[in-house]
Amino acid sequence: MLNTLTIHEVLERLNCGECRSEDVVRSVLDAIRRTDGRIHGYLTLDETDALEQARAADLARRNGANGRLLGVPIAVKDVLNVRGQPCTCGSKILKGYVSPYDATAIARLRAEGAVFVGRTNMDEFAMGSSTENSAYGITRNPWDLDCVPGGSSGGSAAAVAADECVAALGSDTGGSVRQPASFCGCVGLKPTYGLISRYGLTAYASSLDQIGPITKDVRDAALLLQVMAGVDASDSTSLPEAVPDYQAALTKDLRGVTIGLPKEYFVGGLDSEVERCVQEAIEVCRQLGAKVVEVSLPHTRVAVDTYYIIAPAEASANLSRFDGVRYGFRAEGATDPLDLYKKTRAKGFGPEVKRRIILGTYVLSSGYYDAFYLRAQKVRTLIRRDFEAAFKHCSVILSPVAPTPAYRIGANSADPLQMYLGDIFTVPVNLAGICGLSVPCGMAAGKLPVGLQVMGPALGEEAILRTGYAFEQATTWHSQRSCIAEQNSGSQVRT
Amino acid sequence: MTTFRTTIGLEVHVQLKTKSKMFCACSTDFGASPNTHVCPVCLGYPGSLPVMNREAIRWTVISGLMLGCRINPFSKFDRKNYFYPDMPKNYQITQCDKPLCLGGGVDIQVGGQTKRIGITRIHQEEDVAKNMHYTTWSGIDYNRAGVPLMEIVSEPDMESADEAVAYLQTLRQILVYAEVSDCNMEEGNMRCDVNISLRPEGQTTFGTKVEIKNMNSFKGIYNALQYEIDRQRDVLQSGGKIIQETRRWDVDQGQTFSMRTKEDAHDYRYFPEPDLMPVALPESLVAEWAASLPLLPAQRREKFVREFGLPEYDAQVLAAEKAVGDYFEAAARQSRNPKAVSNWVMTDVLRTLSETGIPIGAFSITPAALAELVDLTDAKVINSNTARDVFAIMMKEGGLAKDIVAARGLAQVSDADAIESVVDQVIAENQKSVEDFRNGKAAAMKFLIGQVMRLSKGKANPQMAGSLLEKKLSN
Repeated sequence: MLNTLTIHEVLERLNCGECRSEDVVRSVLDAIRRTDGRIHGYLTLDETDALEQARAADLARRNGANGRLLGVPIAVKDVLNVRGQPCTCGSKILKGYVSPYDATAIARLRAEGAVFVGRTNMDEFAMGSSTENSAYGITRNPWDLDCVPGGSSGGSAAAVAADECVAALGSDTGGSVRQPASFCGCVGLKPTYGLISRYGLTAYASSLDQIGPITKDVRDAALLLQVMAGVDASDSTSLPEAVPDYQAALTKDLRGVTIGLPKEYFVGGLDSEVERCVQEAIEVCRQLGAKVVEVSLPHTRVAVDTYYIIAPAEASANLSRFDGVRYGFRAEGATDPLDLYKKTRAKGFGPEVKRRIILGTYVLSSGYYDAFYLRAQKVRTLIRRDFEAAFKHCSVILSPVAPTPAYRIGANSADPLQMYLGDIFTVPVNLAGICGLSVPCGMAAGKLPVGLQVMGPALGEEAILRTGYAFEQATTWHSQRSCIAEQNSGSQVRT
Repeated sequence: MTTFRTTIGLEVHVQLKTKSKMFCACSTDFGASPNTHVCPVCLGYPGSLPVMNREAIRWTVISGLMLGCRINPFSKFDRKNYFYPDMPKNYQITQCDKPLCLGGGVDIQVGGQTKRIGITRIHQEEDVAKNMHYTTWSGIDYNRAGVPLMEIVSEPDMESADEAVAYLQTLRQILVYAEVSDCNMEEGNMRCDVNISLRPEGQTTFGTKVEIKNMNSFKGIYNALQYEIDRQRDVLQSGGKIIQETRRWDVDQGQTFSMRTKEDAHDYRYFPEPDLMPVALPESLVAEWAASLPLLPAQRREKFVREFGLPEYDAQVLAAEKAVGDYFEAAARQSRNPKAVSNWVMTDVLRTLSETGIPIGAFSITPAALAELVDLTDAKVINSNTARDVFAIMMKEGGLAKDIVAARGLAQVSDADAIESVVDQVIAENQKSVEDFRNGKAAAMKFLIGQVMRLSKGKANPQMAGSLLEKKLSN
């Protein structure tokens, strides 16, 4: 059952010699073998390589090494470059591509001894909120196999919720870490823009993308953030500020914390079960000593519209490089370069990616740029100012992560607009460049997890981690197990 | 028949001579095997990010300062989107509305007249890869992809092919002077797009312009412009219309051919590059860079005339290349006779360099050594023939002129007694010429002086020999 542990639990056992990294990795691989056929959280596994990494970590430990994650297996969303591993981004167009380099975040985790067990499924190029847009098949929610796990980091969230890994990495452009974490009952952190280097994160929308951990508790999220955060010479947009000690921020009460509740977030369209769970969570925080005030984020009502102009615009350029010339998929039978592009991209991209490329191309076109892209950038500034004003009155802001719990597979896939509206509470955080945390805060109708979003100002990670941690310590939602996890809880340790 | 005025504007791409590329650490060396100077960044691999080369920014700003531009305190990069097989990312990182440098201009000389050609802007961008076509397939060499370029956009101020070429030559001279680029056209580190239009004399608005892309030799640009002026004039005179289009110059056929018309023009969908922070250039930093600028070629010519009393022609020759000017200036400062230094540099030094192909920076005779040689001649320690010999010895064996002259006993003999005995000997041995001289044949004197020089092994002071001979033969 080593696969069911958190990172800090695994480290305790590794440190006192109770188990080896190889045991942990074997237990994870067993769990994957046992249940991943049903949820499809993983796209690729290299068992031999994972075990080799684990044995190398065990050897290093015997030789006195003490990396902060030495021997801890981590699942990686298929959008992050890990040297020697595939990185399909859930797309056919990157079929066969093997990355020649480590992303900075990966290199930092590797330097601390992390073991990269496999690649998790995702919406193609992180475009989607349900992991139904992967070219390699859907992922199912471990709590209810008929439901989506959320997205785009649905594979990572499902793998964590199924105890098919100890922790995982995702990426969050408009909620892609927080929303699947909410749907699967995990902890998901979207750090401040620029806190974790984007070097090696395949770009969807460069001004919004952030790497984030998906974990079983808040302490683990803080631990992974600690290792990955900090300025990187390879990413000009990474922040130069010194990284604080996040573990030190994890205290059990919320005395002195002021919580802001945006009045615009608790209105129509919100699922009643979600609202109940979030209101109960707010009450828990109040009891932990937090003061609660009302704040206003008036431009949230246009946040989704703004997001769906800026993100596709940047994506339309970011995805231009996938042309069949240098790597990945190349269509057969092209007669000239233009034909090669057309055929490769027509066959290589799925419908949602094409929809956003066309949308992005349109909003940047001459004659439309001012009306769409430029205007959206101005609105983005207003959204950021909303938060700046609100954080003058509070240290964190609470809201639901998503308006609903996980929905049934196929329920929204025919209606992209309905799907986009599900991002309403998460996209403002990316547009403002601030940080947000999703922590489990209840069960809708007793069977599907609901996430509480804790938003903080730029570089406010200590405040949101503290709030999330205190809430977690006072509740048991994070330790509830999905039905798939139950099946993985008794796995035998091979020695 | 209607006469037409020609209007020409140039967009010049100049490769900066940084060691590494614009947005990654790969080498910019020319001529390496294909795809050996590449990395995930310049190949446009998923997840890679650009990081600005600060040296390239500095050199573009220095170029702007040398060309009289204003430096934008706030500049930014943009993405220019289009698909082409030489583009690793299918967008080029360039600068759209906030370039590094604005305004400026250069003075050109054509037909003895000076004319100001305005510069609209200079922006920074990355070069593309190089496509190579073979019989049944094509290859792409990404070594050049990401090499820093600056694009210098002129005002439409040129009115003839001669002016366009003069502008390019002036630009090139200044940029080589600023040591920001080699401007080597064969290696493609200076390339140019030209815009040209014609309008009837008296019309105030410009005619329809045609763009000719990717020219890389002065001769090609000249010929293409001449061809295009003739072509457009013929079209207009026969009542036709010029269509706005991009044409290419075919060197072999000596003609331009249409590549695409305005209807096929790209919509580049520029937008701010989200992977790079804007460039802020505080006034104090720009001032610091401005303080270290070299003189412009024209300023240096003027300085040589003023400070060293050189004729305009000498100043022009010596200031043409910065390194030559530096060499001359260093030698002239250490010599009593700058004009004599100028003569030496313009003749013996430059000839030797061009014969041997040695760059002046690596020339074995240092400016100080040359100055000493010049001063020895000037002080009549050696005569000018001996000086040439000493120069050759310095070239071959190194050493200082003074030591060579002393070691080989080359000092000119100015001792009247010593010369007199040689003169007497020459008179005694050349009675026929003495006769001729006395009969009025002036040429005979030259022969007699020559004989004195020969007998003295070239060391006699020729002026003294002449006056002694004259004195003795008039008695």
